[in-house]
Amino acid sequence: MGEFALGQAVSRFEDPRLLRGGGRYVDDMVLPRMAFGHVLRSPHAHALIKSIDTTKAKAAPGVLAVLTGADWEASGWGDLPVPTGMKRRDGSPSYKPRYPALVSDRTRWVGDYVAFVVAETPHQAVDAAELINVDYEPLPAQVSTAGAVQPGATLVWADCPDNIAFVHLEGDKQATDAAFERATHIVKRSFTINRVTAATMEPRASIGDYNATEDRYTIYTTLQRTHSYRTELAQNVLKVPESKVRVVAGDIGGSFGMKSAVYNEPALVLLAAKVTGRPVKWVSTRSEAFLSDAQARDNVTEAELALDAEGKFLGLRVRTIANLGAYMQASSQVFVGNLGTLAGVYRTPSVHADVTAVFTHTNPVRPYRGNGRPEAAFVIERMVDCAAAELGIDPVELRRRNLIPPEAMPFKSGLTFTYDCGEFAKTLDMALKLAERESFPARRAEARKRGKLRGLGLSNTIERAAAPGFESAEIRFDRSGTVTLLSGSITQGQGHETIFKQILCDRFGIDPATVHYVQGDTDKIAIGEGTGGSRSATLGGSAVLAATDKIVAKASAIAARILNVQPGEISFADGIFSAKQTNRTLTIGDIAKESVNPRFLPEGMEPGLIATALYSAKVANYPNGAHICEIEIDEETGHVDVMRYSVVDDVGTVMNPLLLEGQISGGVVQGVGQALMEDIHFDTDGQLLTGSFMDYAMPRASDLSAIEIGSNPVPTKTNPMGVKGAGEAGNVGSLPAVANAVIDALSPFGIDAIEMPATPERIWRAINNARHGASR
Amino acid sequence: MYNFNYHQAKSVDDATKLLTGVEEGKLMAGGMTLIPTLKQRLAKPSDIVDLGKIADLKGIKKDGNNIVIGAMTRHFDVANSDVVKSAIPALAYLAGHIGDPAVRNRGTIGGSIANNDPAADYPSSVLALNATIVTNKRKIAGDDFFKGLFETALEEGEIITGVSFPIPEKAAYMKFPNPASRYAIVGVFVAKTGGNVRVGVTGAGPVAYRQKDYEAALAKSFTPDAIKGIVQKDTGLNSDIHASAEYRAHLVNVMARRAVTAAG
Repeated sequence: MGEFALGQAVSRFEDPRLLRGGGRYVDDMVLPRMAFGHVLRSPHAHALIKSIDTTKAKAAPGVLAVLTGADWEASGWGDLPVPTGMKRRDGSPSYKPRYPALVSDRTRWVGDYVAFVVAETPHQAVDAAELINVDYEPLPAQVSTAGAVQPGATLVWADCPDNIAFVHLEGDKQATDAAFERATHIVKRSFTINRVTAATMEPRASIGDYNATEDRYTIYTTLQRTHSYRTELAQNVLKVPESKVRVVAGDIGGSFGMKSAVYNEPALVLLAAKVTGRPVKWVSTRSEAFLSDAQARDNVTEAELALDAEGKFLGLRVRTIANLGAYMQASSQVFVGNLGTLAGVYRTPSVHADVTAVFTHTNPVRPYRGNGRPEAAFVIERMVDCAAAELGIDPVELRRRNLIPPEAMPFKSGLTFTYDCGEFAKTLDMALKLAERESFPARRAEARKRGKLRGLGLSNTIERAAAPGFESAEIRFDRSGTVTLLSGSITQGQGHETIFKQILCDRFGIDPATVHYVQGDTDKIAIGEGTGGSRSATLGGSAVLAATDKIVAKASAIAARILNVQPGEISFADGIFSAKQTNRTLTIGDIAKESVNPRFLPEGMEPGLIATALYSAKVANYPNGAHICEIEIDEETGHVDVMRYSVVDDVGTVMNPLLLEGQISGGVVQGVGQALMEDIHFDTDGQLLTGSFMDYAMPRASDLSAIEIGSNPVPTKTNPMGVKGAGEAGNVGSLPAVANAVIDALSPFGIDAIEMPATPERIWRAINNARHGASR
Repeated sequence: MYNFNYHQAKSVDDATKLLTGVEEGKLMAGGMTLIPTLKQRLAKPSDIVDLGKIADLKGIKKDGNNIVIGAMTRHFDVANSDVVKSAIPALAYLAGHIGDPAVRNRGTIGGSIANNDPAADYPSSVLALNATIVTNKRKIAGDDFFKGLFETALEEGEIITGVSFPIPEKAAYMKFPNPASRYAIVGVFVAKTGGNVRVGVTGAGPVAYRQKDYEAALAKSFTPDAIKGIVQKDTGLNSDIHASAEYRAHLVNVMARRAVTAAG
């Protein structure tokens, strides 16, 4: 109640524990007799394995097992899950590569899985791995995204003759083409969205344990969805009933999509546990994370925007080649579900997207904060700015001419989404005010005096959050009246515990310090879906709310018995059950204590104050927001300083402004990082050149300005909380806003494109080239 | 990391003794380069001799017209030393911009100079300030110390004990940091003493060097414009994913001009 109520800026309940070292990550877990595994990885992006000799490794001190592809094939276990359901251009099913936990004949990226060594200590395992003699025949590698579909490209999979896994078409092609026929202006651009890695604070880790007497497997691992993880593991890999598998996640130090589905190592620690009869732990080092984590983004796009004479958008055509890396992994195709973001907050009647997903000899690609949303937002919001520049219309004015007005809601967009609500013009106006855009010309002029090129970029984006699905919550009152709250959702740092406790405590009027929160264990949580796609507040939160409804209903009935009034006469407010007829009141805790007493139980009612609720949503929600970024470029060096960043977001009902600010800020920083510095870089042989933080540039506090955050909440009616997803919004808007700001700063030179990330040298070269061109 | 024998030297003499006769001995100062190298199994020394407990090697003092910094003095201590800040503020500034706080609290001036990373900050100051490297065997002029990529004038068993920096009339360091590592993509240290100007450049080439064309021009006129038109050739400069040789050459001029401006 009060200070913990929904809408209050409640500090995170989990932080004191985490900040004082009380977190329990996989690497903190120690099981009796635990052994340690190490993965021997391919040093080549593409090579034939002619032979593997493990004799010396097996004889090395402390070694318990050395597993190779041959052992994987002999295990009888299934390969890791590969998504299906996509199609190639000719309508045939998508190419489905095998995805074994260890390869036998050929490696397909630097980091591919060649052998797994298990020893008494981690160092012994690494020492022994060096004694494995692998005879490789290195082969040419196909690294570039666009090059993968060029004639003569090296094939990643011999029986996939064009490196194309699948083609996804979205939207009405005929209508879109027709729109271009009647267009007055057609703006055409190409964009490359570079490859990045999540670089989570906690690297991936797993412990496998096999109980032979129960014939049951336990995996302790880093993930996002405990129960679906169990399904994948049991059905695809272990081929056992799900009841024979327990999946446990401790605290998780960031994922952003990267830790989403089953990786090779969990399968390997489980196989090793079965082979050795010992629990086996594997923990990634930072270097190994760069080499082996699934990476993200990486696509090339050609886009065309059709406009009429007044600058109204008529149609958008987008052709994209998206890099999947060497394999297809669970969720690697999910990004196509977010193509709808291309339609943006605009009335563009028809949009068509044509996506070709290709294999390359690089790390597999998985979802990463936004998963297709920031990429699509980048395309539309860059296109709008390019169109504004070509037509000589102010970018804000061009947006205004095309925004969907609130009275048009619900609005079926030109692509896949139907928006239920949103005040896009008002949100944009609020952001312009927050960013003081009116006085920007003065700031630009002042910067010029200092030799700086100041630019202002904006984006006005929308995305889908909380795709249809379900989530569970369970509230258990014990006999003393305190609560255990269980959720099928799981945090990787977002603050689920705080939000869910707030919902519970706001409703029940109880002290959150007395509530015990449980997540991430399939033996404890009945059922659940997990976290991803900005869904947890919507689905997990609504499930908690639904469980509180059940508890209140039952408690009211019991209260009536205790107070000796009719059930309809009980009222419940501010955590107090009361009735007009009596001045006696009851708290929920009082009722919990009596809820097992047959005397107070209505006929046919089960004792106990325990409720499980599964909340299911058939429609998604559509968070949106306007971002305005101001940067300064050092004209002599090309270095970009972020000077100012303003966001006004609409994520529906704000449950906790503090956590929301954290989510938006984190997302903005990830977008700034990708736009200006983060870059996974391979050489032409497929060797990773950015394999550590010495070369992979993560944004630091000093690379950012303050981030000013405002809010224009338009609660959605699609869920009882009125919330829209907030987890990815910051990232979706920032990628285009930063890029637009950089281009705006460079516009005096006539520069309208900079490769991503906009590094100092790229900007310096662009300025040089522009000057050189101008002088000719 | 491979197994190795770890020794804590009590004195410089003790350190040289500990290095004698071992299969492959390695001195450890702050360990900010050595430890990551070991963790990646890129080095396999049989013995590591840690200099961290030798009190004599730490400290900063003013000796006549010189600032003498003990080899095992951490970057953090140089950056925050009142002696350095008042005598050679540019050197304190340089030390305060090495790597990140973790590195500055472990890394040492002796370790940095002995390692001679082409992108390390200190070598530029050693050259520009005409410093003297003091070892357990001799004194080496800064100009004679940096020989090539990770290569110095140090001989087998020779240990840096300190660095003596003459106090200049004015000096400044300007660095264009690598956005990831915060090493110098290009760092330029400019120092003026009387009519003499020295310009030390780090990050740009395989080893820190003096930009003598700039020195000559600045000796005549200590202004940024004096060197604006003097082209730093990109031949032989470093080229990597962060910066091409051409860009580095350009940055040498920009950083040098800014250093001159900052020196005042």
